[in-house]
This record gives sequence, structure tokens and C-alpha cells, in this order.
Amino acid sequence: MTSTVPRIDASTDQARATRPARSSRAGRRHLSRTAKYTILVLFVIVVLMPVYVLLVTSLKPPADVNPATSWGLPVRWPWESATPGGPTGFDNWSTAWEALAAPIGRTFLLAIPAALISALLGSMNGFVLSRWRFPYADVVFTFILFGMFIPYQAIMTPLVQMKTSLGMPSNIWTLLIVHIIYGLPICTLIFRNYYVGIPHELMEAARVDGSGMLGTYWRIVLPLSLPGFVVTIIWQFTSAWNDFLFAMFLTNAQGGPVSLALVNLSQGAQLANYGAAMAGALIASVPTLVVYILLGKYFIGGLMSGSVKS
Amino acid sequence: MHKGIRNWGPPLLLISPTIIILGIFVYGLIGANVSVAMSDRHSLQPATAFVGLDNFIALLTEDRFLHSLVNLGVFTLFFMVGTMVFGFLWAWILDKGVTAEGTFRSIYLFPMAVSFVASGVVWRWLLNSATGERASGLNRLFETIGLGFLQNSWWNTPIWGMAAIAMPAIWQLSGYVMALFLSGFRGIPEELREAARMDGATEWQLYRHVIFPQLSPVALSALVIVAHMSLKVFDLIMSITGSIYQTEVPATYMWVALTSNDYAKSAAIATVLLLLVCVFIVPYLIWVSRSERRAR
Repeated sequence: MTSTVPRIDASTDQARATRPARSSRAGRRHLSRTAKYTILVLFVIVVLMPVYVLLVTSLKPPADVNPATSWGLPVRWPWESATPGGPTGFDNWSTAWEALAAPIGRTFLLAIPAALISALLGSMNGFVLSRWRFPYADVVFTFILFGMFIPYQAIMTPLVQMKTSLGMPSNIWTLLIVHIIYGLPICTLIFRNYYVGIPHELMEAARVDGSGMLGTYWRIVLPLSLPGFVVTIIWQFTSAWNDFLFAMFLTNAQGGPVSLALVNLSQGAQLANYGAAMAGALIASVPTLVVYILLGKYFIGGLMSGSVKS
Repeated sequence: MHKGIRNWGPPLLLISPTIIILGIFVYGLIGANVSVAMSDRHSLQPATAFVGLDNFIALLTEDRFLHSLVNLGVFTLFFMVGTMVFGFLWAWILDKGVTAEGTFRSIYLFPMAVSFVASGVVWRWLLNSATGERASGLNRLFETIGLGFLQNSWWNTPIWGMAAIAMPAIWQLSGYVMALFLSGFRGIPEELREAARMDGATEWQLYRHVIFPQLSPVALSALVIVAHMSLKVFDLIMSITGSIYQTEVPATYMWVALTSNDYAKSAAIATVLLLLVCVFIVPYLIWVSRSERRAR
């Protein structure tokens, strides 16, 4: 997939070097500076609008929820209540936190090991598929790759039956196994594309020195793999954190991850309690947003090299 | 022969656990799913007979399932067009050279880091179907900024309401398509543009004959990725409307069938879904593996 989906982080550096020359020529003639920035800023407003809604709604006490002022800022501080002794804006946040704290803890217990184990397995597979020729290696790769495009619905009915007949629990431990298994294709793909870029001479040198395959992997490849691991771990962590499909089919409210708890919080709540649901959506998004803000480059790297997964 | 095994034996050994696991959990379970879909297991009781394609025939002649397919079609159409248009527009402008490009890029891409479930919470509010006095969400916003005529009942409209459900999906994925197109633009060698200009090509000719052909592999990847995500849509709909008839697509219908223990029906719906996805994915995988072989 490297050939069809180039990575953005590598290519932007290249573009940075050529940009001054280009922007002074053709581009500007055809799209005025003002038009360009007006469009871009307009879309920034559109893209960030849901965040504004989440924030202001979550900070309004239920008594102040009124369709007519629903787009306005809160009329009182979040620690003030609308009626004496009544709920405050912050109460939305504590309601949401109470509902989500335990599921968030479970989701960390799920997403971190899922990411680490998948990355390790993906690294070994990617190494083998990028360097070692064995009969039908291409077929094997396509066979693995197909697993990441399938709609998981296509395996869900027998998977649910299997879970029931094996007596597996409706909690995150079942989900952990499932995420590791169905994360294998994408992790393999990311590492394979990454390892294809390691100079062949390095491997040859190791082989001449008498290293076997495992020796080459251990001494040469693994120490060079840190960026690949960062990309894969972020990718798997985000997918496991944001997953809802497997959570819905395989777990229940008592043992499930945060996505399930958030839907229960928001579907259970009607208009009067939208504030808590909005606060919950923000709380549930914090870990992945922190990863995106701090490690955005690697996050995009995963999107590009893996480029396919919902 | 002995040397052959020494060469490819260890790598095969290292990768065999993955092959076995995926063999069971991807291919084995797809097989099991098809076999359930061809049985009469419509309850918790075990299957008693093989019924061939009966379940599929029943599905494809059932109004409810056809309705879910139409919904999916409308959703997919708007989702694909929306993400391609916005993704291309943003990438096109950003490629022209913009101060603080990285900031714009990060903002456009940030919805990708949020789950469909979390964004569903806020979009459920934005797409509130009440109008007039009781309007909130986008309807209230339209009212306030003097565009009251744009008020509508969003997903509560039969069939075309699915276009409203596509809005959050477009919001979430356009940045991703932008990133793909941006990498496509950046991959076009400056010499190519230069050469076309030297030959006296107009800006339109430059796009028509140089830039669009160079972008077509990226556009194809983006289309296939968005299409296959669209066909699988589940989280977003469950989070915004729940599994109601109005906004039903095959994936949510399958959930309804499975939770009512109609295993044969849920397996049959899932099989149809898999076939739909394969229509896009199989030619794509063949194309990718061919172009990789050519590159080698």
C-alpha cells in the first residue's frame, strides 16, 4: 500500500522546501489571498462548532437549558446554581464522571495491553513479510490484509455464539483478545511498510556476520523500530478506545468499555440532562485527543500507512 | 530442498501463529457465518435443517431490508460526495501555500481522533428535529442567523433523512480525505507542473492533463476507504438515533436480528454486507498488489 498512499509527514518536509517558490507564482493568481483565508477560517469555525456546543451545553445547569438560548454562553458561573441549592453546571460533569470513571479505568486496562501486544506481533509479521521470501509470500500478505477490510458483522454472529459456548465473560478481557486478533492485519501492514524502508545492506551485513533471522530481527531491526512502534501503538490504542461495535456485541454495561457507558449515559438522558451527556462525551474523548495533540505526527502516520480501518 | 526449508522455514514459523489465528477468526468465522445464514436457526434452539439460499431470498424480498439498503445507499452517496468535495477543497487550498498550514491541517483532522459515539452525542443535539419555537441545535442556529427557511426535520425525514446522518460522518472524515489528497499533491514533482507551463498549458489544462491524472490513485484509495467505512456504518447511527426503523441500515438491522436471537437472519444480513464490501475491496486489493509488483 506504500505506493498508493504516500505518507504525509515525509512529503510535507519536502513541500516545505519548495513552497516559497511555488506560492509566489501560479497559486495566488487564481485564488486571491483573502478568498483563501476566508474559506479556510470559515471551515475552521464549522469544524470546531460541535466542540463549542459540547462545552457550553455541558456547563449549563438543567434549569437554564432552553432551546431559545441553546447557542448562547452559560448565563452564570458553572459553580452557581439556577435555583438556591439546585444543580450547577459542574454537576453535569460530576454526574458524567460518576457514570464513566469505572468504564474509563477498564478501557485503559483494555487499550494499553491491546496496543502493546498487537504492536509486538505486528512487528514480527511485518519483518518477515518485508524481508524474507518464501513461496506465496504475496498471497499470504493479501490473505492477512483482507482481514482488516471485512465488516466485522460478517464474523459477529458466530463470534457471539463462540463466546457463549466457551463461557467467556462479557467484559473487557474478551474484548482484549478480540482487539488483538483483529488488530493483527493493520499492525502487520504498518510494520511491513515501515521495514521496507530499512536499507537492505544493514540486513545483509548482519547475515554476513552469521546472524540468523531471529538474530537479525533482534539486533538490527528491533532497535530501529521505535517510530513504527509509536505509530502502531497509537493506532491500536485509539481504535480500541473508540471501538463501539465489538463492545456492543460482546460486553455489557457492568463490564464494558467507555464507549458503551457513554451511549448508555446519553441515550438514558433526555433533553433535560443533555449537559451530563455532553460532559461525558468530552471526558471520554480526552485520552485520544491528548494523544492526537501530543503525538499528532505519528497519529497521522498511522492513518496514512494503515489508511484503512474504521 | 533441504536448503529451501532452511531459508524459508524460520520466517514461515514466525508468521504461522498469525496465519492460523486469522485463518480461524477471519476465514473460519466467515465460513461459519455463511453456514448459519443457510440454516433455519431463527431462535435459541439449534438449527434443524439446511435451507440453502432461502434466508437470502426472504431478505431480498423483504420491504424492511430493502428499506435499509436504500437508506445505506443514500447515506453512502452523501458521505462519499461530501468527504471528497471538502477533502479535496481543503487540500487544494492548503497546497497553494498558506501561513500556519499545520494549524489548519490539525484542526481539520482532529475529528478523526474522536469516536463516532462521542460525536454522536453532540450531533444528536445539533440534528434535533424540532422547528419553530421549540427548535434547538442547527434549526435554532438557522433561525438566529436569519436562514430560518433552512430548518428541517433532519434525520426524521423518510429516506433523505439519511443525508442528515451523513453530516457527522462528513464532519469526521473530510480531514482524513484532505490528508490523503494533500499527500497526493505533494507527490507531484514540481518539474511536471513546470514542464506543462513551459508548453503553454492553461491552468485548466494543467489540472486536466497533469494534476488530476497524478492524483487519481490517491482519489481511488480515498473513495474505496470511505465507501467501505460507509457500508459498515453502525456506531454513528446507534449513537444518534439508536436502532430505529427510520434510520435503519443493514448493520443496525443485523443488531436487531441478533438481539432477538434470530441467528440465521443476522448471519444472512452480515453475509450480504460482506458481499457489498467485497465489491469495493477485492478489485482494490488486486489493484494494490499489482501496482506494488510493478513498482518492485
